[in-house]
Amino acid sequence: MTAPLLDVRDLHVRFGDKEVVRGVGFSIAPGEKLALVGESGSGKTITALSLLRLAGDAAISGQALLQGRGDLLALSEREMRGVRGGDIAMVFQEPMTALNPLMTIGAQIAEVLTLKKGLTGAQCAQAAIELLAKTGIPEPARRAGSFPHQLSGGQRQRAMIAMALASEPKLLLADEPTTALDVTLRGQILDLLSDLQRQNGMAVLLITHDLNLVRRFADRVAVMEQGVLVEQGAVAEVFGAPQHAYTRRLIASQPRRDVAPADASPDAAPVVRTQDLRVVYPTPLPGIRGWFRKGEFVAVQGATLALGPGETLGVVGESGSGKSTLAQAILGLLPHAGGLQVGGQAWQQPAMRNTPANQQLRRRVQVVFQDPFSSLSPRLTVEEIVGEGLQVHEPALRVAERRARVEAALAEVGLAEAQYPRLLQRYPHEFSGGQRQRLAIARALIVQPQVLVLDEPTSALDVTIQQQVLGLLQRLQKEKGLSYLLITHDVDVIRAMAHQVLVMKDGAVLESGSVDEVLNAPRHPYTQRLVAAATATAQV
Amino acid sequence: MSSSTSPVSLSPSRRAWLRFKRNRLGYWSLLVFSALVLVSLCAELISNDRPLIVRYEGQTYFPMLKDYPETTFGGDFETPTDYLDPFIQERLSQGGNWALYTLNPYGPATLNYFAKAPNPSAPTAENWLGTDDRGRDLLAQLIYGFRVSVLFGLALTVTGVLLGVVTGAIQGFFGGKTDLAFQRFIEIWSAMPELYLLIIFSAVFSPSVSLLLILLSLFGWMGLSDYVRAEFLRNRQLDYVKAARALGVPNGQIIWRHILPNSLTPVVTFLPFRMSAAILALTSLDFLGLGVPPGTPSLGELLSQGKNSIDAWWISLSTFAVLVVTLLLLTFMGDALRDALDPRKADQ
Repeated sequence: MTAPLLDVRDLHVRFGDKEVVRGVGFSIAPGEKLALVGESGSGKTITALSLLRLAGDAAISGQALLQGRGDLLALSEREMRGVRGGDIAMVFQEPMTALNPLMTIGAQIAEVLTLKKGLTGAQCAQAAIELLAKTGIPEPARRAGSFPHQLSGGQRQRAMIAMALASEPKLLLADEPTTALDVTLRGQILDLLSDLQRQNGMAVLLITHDLNLVRRFADRVAVMEQGVLVEQGAVAEVFGAPQHAYTRRLIASQPRRDVAPADASPDAAPVVRTQDLRVVYPTPLPGIRGWFRKGEFVAVQGATLALGPGETLGVVGESGSGKSTLAQAILGLLPHAGGLQVGGQAWQQPAMRNTPANQQLRRRVQVVFQDPFSSLSPRLTVEEIVGEGLQVHEPALRVAERRARVEAALAEVGLAEAQYPRLLQRYPHEFSGGQRQRLAIARALIVQPQVLVLDEPTSALDVTIQQQVLGLLQRLQKEKGLSYLLITHDVDVIRAMAHQVLVMKDGAVLESGSVDEVLNAPRHPYTQRLVAAATATAQV
Repeated sequence: MSSSTSPVSLSPSRRAWLRFKRNRLGYWSLLVFSALVLVSLCAELISNDRPLIVRYEGQTYFPMLKDYPETTFGGDFETPTDYLDPFIQERLSQGGNWALYTLNPYGPATLNYFAKAPNPSAPTAENWLGTDDRGRDLLAQLIYGFRVSVLFGLALTVTGVLLGVVTGAIQGFFGGKTDLAFQRFIEIWSAMPELYLLIIFSAVFSPSVSLLLILLSLFGWMGLSDYVRAEFLRNRQLDYVKAARALGVPNGQIIWRHILPNSLTPVVTFLPFRMSAAILALTSLDFLGLGVPPGTPSLGELLSQGKNSIDAWWISLSTFAVLVVTLLLLTFMGDALRDALDPRKADQ
């Protein structure tokens, strides 16, 4: 084996008295693709940042020997500046915040070229355009003059990569480079990284939580759990025969399908039915005209769907496709036109008003949101949060009765007083993401709804937690005959949960049908691309 | 599980309080300031020209509760007793008679007709901090002036916060046209020349503390309402509010239970600073002679006296010291409060 490009030995990182990386050691050979995998909080990003000594006021100890430079952790700050963006470049997760919004893409790449290669003026501009062309951005000459906000998400990430490549680094640190992108773009960016890696012969350290990406991209993989590197080895070996219990759990955390078959009787009345549903947002018009009238932005157009009892309807689409707007309309939180019935009853317009008829409907359809941190008020206790629905819908309940109902709802989602002493008096900040999501489900279930709208219920969770929450939802559906309207961008989750699927793009429904039809034999080209992107990352 | 390890569960406000307490400077400032306010609230028992109790010829008198004519104590006139009169003092110390005076035997407006030194007098054994140019005791004036300032500051802060929170909440929660209308109103309202209005009004009406409070309140709520509005705009679209709407929780309860408690951080953080601003505003208006009516003990009026008789250094120096200490304590408290409510600070 050749001498390693980067050899990290016994790396420790601590913030104050909290040690977040404990004795991590790995090495990367020149031209090698190593993936660092772990869930959030495992210390994988901070490991990468401390190699560049960008980890803020962290105390770092250990060794990181870079070929030709010596120990990175012992270099002076001045020498480090030569390493950063020179020998080692970095690509960040969110290109919108990693790029300077006030500088054109070309100027930002040129800045690297000037600093690292001493190019000037016209040379810089030309080299920047060539770099952009290499990353596959169409019309690179024009794009070099664009500001970050004028590019699409995928193009921005390509520009970030072009910037990282400008100095011809020996090692590229890619921190979740595809997480902020839509599914169909993820594969493309990964292919691009692979191609460039081959052409330039650089090594790549890919930091990710997504095992599919690792399978598809990396040569070797290192698994981190809570600051400790628990296992490393060739991708095929680690995935084929994982040694550590945590690795095994991680690999086994693909969402599993465990749902009752859809009710075969087609005459069962659907609990949610829409007919040509249309939702618009008012937008300001420019000029004097805007004083008197508002323009409109059509978020959902001509959506027709039917959700049967005990069924799950999966709604897939990229960000901005109108799937969350559809959900809010069904929840009666947005004004809408066209037919929309919940349990055979339409929302009394305007739907936002809490008229007695609408209150009846609100009991039937409840919601669980994506982000478990913003979906629970931080200043209310568990009892207040979960019990709120009862205060509204059954105000006559006595305190003791209400408390019993709250405890029952919490027990249903797997939160019991026995595990968490004084559970009812606790505040949300004391719970992890998965537990918070369970609280949100309990809050929805307590009014005994027929339909749950699940708006990306697991997207913000780690894979192992995601599996647990999906399992909980599957169990609740079987026990209570709930209907789910499941909104997600994740085809794997749809595959595991849904009976029916609806594919949305730009506010329109492109395709709908049973999950087998749509995912195995997609008709619309967009669906084909979406499914292909998901399967390509899943089965390599 | 991490959550089951912590035995007691603390509410966010309780955690903020604990963080506040860990800031020693801020915590001690709060204690000292509260003590000063408490003391000044019982100013009548500390600095008064009437004794607490008088025992005169077998009878007990409480001069603070009741006016006694001088004839009661062997004087010649039916007028209320001047307990600083050497003759009365002599009568009250004869035989078995005694009188228990307050710590500082002068009220804020007491004119000592029997003073030995000319006015203004430098600090002496009788007047610990000296007297002002009319012969009133400076210590007494400072104690009462501090009380007026603090109470005025509190009142102005409370009305400003109430108005600001209510208007900010309405704008932020309902948004749209309501917000637009309020914002335009605020822009017009804040363009009014506050100081000129004060001068005009103090010429039209007879000046009083309550008039001043109303006038300053009318203009003091706008900054805060902007903050509250911004917090409401941010919080009302968070998922927990959407979830509450989906549950059918009425608007009033969404505002009261869900959004308001989560929008109060800037309000609480600004409280001490608003209060010190209010005290400073009152002081400067008094200094200009536009503030409280003459005769009301006031720090600003003392400052202007100090300016007029610059040789009487004890006037300006002691007033200045009281103001600096008050404002400094409030600022320390505000700093500690800001740190305690900063979500980025970890709590151990």
